[in-house]
Amino acid sequence: MPVSVRSEIKVWQRRERGKQLSIWLGWLVGTALFLYCWQFISDSTMWIFVWDSPRVAADIGSRMVPPAWSYMNKLWVPLWDTINIATLGTVIAIFFAVPVAFLAARNTAPSVTVRIGGRSIKFSTRPLALLIIVSSRSINSLIWALLLVSIVGPGLFAGVIAIGLRSIGFIAKLLYEAIEEIDQNQVEAITAAGASRAQVMAYAIVPQIMPAFAGIAVFRWDINIRESTVLGLVGAGGIGLQLQASLNVLAWPQVTVILLSILVAVLVSELVSARVRHAII
Amino acid sequence: MSASHTTAPRRWKRPPLIKNPRLRWALGLGAAIYLAVAVGTLEINWSRIYEGLDRGLVFVIAFTEPDFVQRWDDIRDGLAESLTMALTSTVIGILLSVPIGLGAARNIAPLPVYLVCRAIVAISRSFQEVIIAIFFVAMFGFGPLAGMITLSFATIGFLAKLLAEDIEDINASQAEAVRATGARWLQWINYGIQPQVMPRLIGLSLYRLDINFRESAVVGIVGAGGIGATLNTAFDRYDFDIAAAIIIIIIAIVMIAEYSSGLIRARLQ
Repeated sequence: MPVSVRSEIKVWQRRERGKQLSIWLGWLVGTALFLYCWQFISDSTMWIFVWDSPRVAADIGSRMVPPAWSYMNKLWVPLWDTINIATLGTVIAIFFAVPVAFLAARNTAPSVTVRIGGRSIKFSTRPLALLIIVSSRSINSLIWALLLVSIVGPGLFAGVIAIGLRSIGFIAKLLYEAIEEIDQNQVEAITAAGASRAQVMAYAIVPQIMPAFAGIAVFRWDINIRESTVLGLVGAGGIGLQLQASLNVLAWPQVTVILLSILVAVLVSELVSARVRHAII
Repeated sequence: MSASHTTAPRRWKRPPLIKNPRLRWALGLGAAIYLAVAVGTLEINWSRIYEGLDRGLVFVIAFTEPDFVQRWDDIRDGLAESLTMALTSTVIGILLSVPIGLGAARNIAPLPVYLVCRAIVAISRSFQEVIIAIFFVAMFGFGPLAGMITLSFATIGFLAKLLAEDIEDINASQAEAVRATGARWLQWINYGIQPQVMPRLIGLSLYRLDINFRESAVVGIVGAGGIGATLNTAFDRYDFDIAAAIIIIIIAIVMIAEYSSGLIRARLQ
């Protein structure tokens, strides 16, 4: 109890002196680091542009209204493409993420124990699966798209694969965490009934993770709609192509319509995904 | 005892995920039709892909011999920008998210404030960082400042939303107890609500630092600073060995960040 006696009066403090000092030191280091980073950013900024920014913002704002509503007729196909990229990408990701998740989860990853010299070493698929998950998660879908556009050429296909590659890690990570949290008693019961490994998987594990899996898939689909709206900026199809084209010719009224349609699409997909997840869980 | 007298064993089937058979079949059929139509719109150019396979192979091989040396100065500058952007934008994002998160929690904010804050959160969440970055680059010029502001704005959508949901889930009796002692509004927030949401807020902030670093690698594509610009150039020039080096560095930093933030979160909770 951090109570000190100061001139014969007991004073209560929340923390001991050492702990208080270390917290203070943490704040000092953190603030210094922040200021250092800020200095770095400030040095590489042309402040003259920043002081000009309110005028520029007002200028862009005034050009953006009124929206060119008639442009909407040209947006239905790109919007449909965007939704397709997100959906097909999610489907592909699910296809690969499910096996990866089973290979990554501690309780389902197949492993071999090899005896070398007096030691027994356990080889498991877990590290490999985790590496796949981390690599997929670390690289943004836009970077995957950059890469794929230079490999398979511009178009929807590159976008679908990019979304798929990025989503594998996300779905597999959440799914393997769900697999690790299952009720082990059910697995034991099915095993005790003489089930094979595949049957244990089908009757003990899959039913337990099914709701979580459906929730994860729909959640990722919703994120993918948002991500696929920008893939067009690097040539991977979808509504981003129209955004890029309109920005290049400074057609701000068209940009407004595009942004509004993205906003609506994202809000609707979020609503759908929330509804579905609510119905499942 | 002969088998002919026993009744035929009843077949047991797993209960399906969707109970209503009509709905189940309709959903299945709808999904099949949709997939067929959607795949039909892809227009896959197989000859182009076949040509690209060589390049894909070059890229895969590049991972075995990444080139860190040739453009090291560019990579170092890009990384420094990305890391500083990630850190400053997370700090600024947290500072902005806390008031907006408080305003977006229905149980402590009045309706007009709630609606305004929720609208900010919805806009920030709906637009991908890159779209926001395009506008901030137009406003503030090229460079990491535009990226920092973009990421700060994107952080609001994430942190404020989750913070608001967390505040809505708090144990109301603790807050009420503090209020019953005659606490002012600020004291009520500080002693009744903050202790309940603090561990999660710290965890989410660390997680957001991760995300901001990952996103800082892409806002560079539209000129908002960071490693993305270097990466984009490398891809444009088909310098796959340099691109591979950059990607390996990003993966390594994300892994380190994720591991250490996991350790910190485990200690806090």
